[in-house]
Amino acid sequence: MKITVDQDKCCGAGTCVLLAPDVFDQRDEDGIVVLLDEAPPAELHSLVHEAASVCPAAAISVTS
Amino acid sequence: MSEVDDLPRFPFPVDAALEPPAEWAELRSKCPVAHVKLASGDQAALITRHEDVRQILSDPRFTRPTPGDDSARVADSEDGGIFNSDMASVIPQHGEAHLVWRRGIGKWFTAKRMNALRPGIAAMAEQLIDDMVAKGTPADLKASLGFPLPVWVICDMLGVPDADRDRFSHWSDVMLSMTRFSTAEMKAAEQEFTRYMAGHVALKRANPGEDILSALITDPEPMSDATLIATGIGLLIAGHETTANMITKMVAMLLSDRSRWESLLADPSLVRTAVEESLRLDANAGIGMSRYITEDVEIAGTVLPRGTTAMCSMAAANRDEEAFARASEMDLARTPNQHLAFGAGAHACLGQPLARTELQVVLEVLLRKLPSLDLAVAVEDLRRVEGLVVGGLVELPVRW
Repeated sequence: MKITVDQDKCCGAGTCVLLAPDVFDQRDEDGIVVLLDEAPPAELHSLVHEAASVCPAAAISVTS
Repeated sequence: MSEVDDLPRFPFPVDAALEPPAEWAELRSKCPVAHVKLASGDQAALITRHEDVRQILSDPRFTRPTPGDDSARVADSEDGGIFNSDMASVIPQHGEAHLVWRRGIGKWFTAKRMNALRPGIAAMAEQLIDDMVAKGTPADLKASLGFPLPVWVICDMLGVPDADRDRFSHWSDVMLSMTRFSTAEMKAAEQEFTRYMAGHVALKRANPGEDILSALITDPEPMSDATLIATGIGLLIAGHETTANMITKMVAMLLSDRSRWESLLADPSLVRTAVEESLRLDANAGIGMSRYITEDVEIAGTVLPRGTTAMCSMAAANRDEEAFARASEMDLARTPNQHLAFGAGAHACLGQPLARTELQVVLEVLLRKLPSLDLAVAVEDLRRVEGLVVGGLVELPVRW
């Protein structure tokens, strides 16, 4: 799994961080997404897919 | 009669408090762009499919109508209600200015900050439930818990006295009016709330505290006073009205078929997905989000001409069979749940991590403290709040 995030699209809703805090974070200064782990372990894959699919700004892409 | 008078009136009337109007399913399948008449008498294009609502809300070219547009008004008052008001126009809607404003506020609503609030919110919920229990069964869950909890939380965050909550509640109901209050009442509420918030901003400027407004005031690049006041009012209204109603509707939905409540008692790890499913299935979510179409755009094979006001019904979209398997069923474990209750795109609800946190915490505490909770009236006797742009229940009588 390889994850990319688009910080220009991100609306800072924090949905991904609530779901997978080991993979995503938000910048303290503006709430925009930060990718902590672009290739997380298998046990987090389903949460990452969920985070990507429910992101309100469609700012997360996942390739396998 | 003019052409507009022949159009169906939106929102559609519904008798059952927790059920959707039949028109939604019909329009989704037969007429995904439907011309309707709003409470103001103005015409709008009602959008009901998931894909289409998501597309319009995510399109950076379109924002909610601003007073200069020749857009449809939502409310039956002169200026068309809160979404069309001058106050709302102080907050930038477009491009870089919107981004700067949004990110300046957004940092106060990050998931990490919301997680840090969890113990405090749980303690508030416990205290409110204890007070409700002390007064005896039956009780109105909306007045005892659903309303006071989010007001308490947002007041704490903004550094505004929670003791003023009945005034906020009154002002926000009036300002969110679609048909219930007169133009004069709406203007008066906006003026009183503005005066109140201006006084509060002045106090914070003289004596900053540990709250969002103080932080915005002392920011190296501070907002204008008008923007600060509009932001404070916006956060206060958005921070309690929608969540207060949602707590109440969520508990009503979960108790209306008590096997749902029992599933959660048996497996509290379902709380997170149950909250999302309640947001998705909220049939009484309010009018939706309007977008002023500034360039021709194709939606579901129809061109929406420039100048159209598109009324996006997220609640109708959330029941779209094309987007959700068994869309009308409540599946407490549904994953992923791409509902649009908080909107989508650059203007998606700023407070959604707070709303999620409050809804999850209140449900966890209720399940733990009042496992025997049940409706104290038949579900048919629940009544909707009428005439506001947000949806809610008048009250939620419960016993335990």
